[in-house]
Amino acid sequence: MARVARTFDVLVVGGGPAGMAASVHAAECGRRVGLVDDNPSLGGQIWRGESADVASDAARWAERSSKAGVEVLCGTRVFHHPAQGMLLAEREEDVFELRFGKLVLATGARERFLPFPGWTLPNVMGAGGLAAMVKSGLPIAGRRVVIAGTGPLLLAVAAGLRQRGAVVLAVCEQARWSSLLGFGGALLRDRQKLSQALILRKQLAGVRFLTGCWPIEAQGGGKLQAVVISRGERVACDYLACGFHLVPNTELAQLVGCQMRGGFVEVDEFQETSLSGIFCAGEPTGIGGLELSLVEGKIAGFAAAGHREQAVPYFKQRKKLEGFAKALHRAFSLRQELKALARPETFVCRCEDVSYRRLALQKSWRSAKLQTRCGMGPCQGRICGPATEFLFRWTPDSVRPPIFPVQMEHMSWMANQSESETQALVGGDS
Amino acid sequence: MPETIVVTVNRQPIVVPRGATVAVAVTMANSRCRSSVTGEPRSALCGMGICFECRVTVDGKPHRCGCQILCRSGMDVRIDG
Repeated sequence: MARVARTFDVLVVGGGPAGMAASVHAAECGRRVGLVDDNPSLGGQIWRGESADVASDAARWAERSSKAGVEVLCGTRVFHHPAQGMLLAEREEDVFELRFGKLVLATGARERFLPFPGWTLPNVMGAGGLAAMVKSGLPIAGRRVVIAGTGPLLLAVAAGLRQRGAVVLAVCEQARWSSLLGFGGALLRDRQKLSQALILRKQLAGVRFLTGCWPIEAQGGGKLQAVVISRGERVACDYLACGFHLVPNTELAQLVGCQMRGGFVEVDEFQETSLSGIFCAGEPTGIGGLELSLVEGKIAGFAAAGHREQAVPYFKQRKKLEGFAKALHRAFSLRQELKALARPETFVCRCEDVSYRRLALQKSWRSAKLQTRCGMGPCQGRICGPATEFLFRWTPDSVRPPIFPVQMEHMSWMANQSESETQALVGGDS
Repeated sequence: MPETIVVTVNRQPIVVPRGATVAVAVTMANSRCRSSVTGEPRSALCGMGICFECRVTVDGKPHRCGCQILCRSGMDVRIDG
């Protein structure tokens, strides 16, 4: 095990569009910038695997990032905030002490999963989950796929998988046609989004798109064989890609102590959080998609570099895109029927195999944790937390370190490091 | 550079595309990634390092998040339980 120390003017956590935009803009202002991400390469989920294509946006941002001298640390996961101006991260056998003057949190979002019978079977994945696996090399040509859940991601995933030869049998969107019409209206007000939507429509010609429809049960012995959808139809398939829109990754922001509002990180017009010098951009401040993430990242990058005046021209564009984000939220809100999908024996917490029946007896997330171990496994409630928030209206606890499972040696190193040592380590920055 | 590489999943050789993750190799091997605490087979769910359902033993190191590790030629992947 090695301890590696790095010091940056601006440290950016998260290498998706928001984080890439923030790091590039801060570095182009002449700051020494570090960009840390837990996945094997930059691009986040939306640009996963695309940087190999030199014509892609992902490749252009990666090139700009390297020209601007951003130090990229991939495969590196932040797990602790031991003192002001420092984060600890793990990469394989090494622990990184990342010291910073300014911090930009661009930790993205994950899918919301809702429990239904059979959802724990192998080959039932998230919609973004299956897309990520395919972008990471999983062969999909000729495989039969049902896509279900809610959100614009479903269509994007359907188009992406079809392009790679998947047989997309159906896209089941839980929202009603009537709610989607409002979203269509928002698309009409944004030319870029509208043209993306029209391209999607072309790519999906002939694919069954069912609204007001959701999975009732995934069936199979040992792995998925079929899915029963809410119309009562049984569809034999190889993969079910099912996700119920997105929830923000706010654990690090909460650990650091940023003020939250309505489940998102509260920021001002410069994307600065309640803590001076700590910025947040992209999905953790509100689910709004790629373009909004890029604009927020630019603003955060300029502001973190101390060039606020350069951020101001982007405010107008951000405001327009925020309107789109609100329409998104309205159109794809979850219907109440989805609360009844889990049977008493259906596991809600997959890490600890805690059934709906046991959770229904609990009064709060806290009592569920104490009495049933729900949320106490390696995902730390990242999967079951958003589900129980919807099912039982529970609100999660405060966040404690380490915010991801770490190796025992690193954990003990974290515990053994005394307060005075920590102070000495960051002394130069504070 | 070859377009594919070979890893072993529970000693069985699996040919994967270059750049594939360990979770992809395990899925291609038609194997579960882990057994749950009540013995259910589990495999990748989120594909992005959040759910930990795809954790496996990689070159002797347990509990590695399979969707975040790229396959290397000759890599030894084991499924616990």
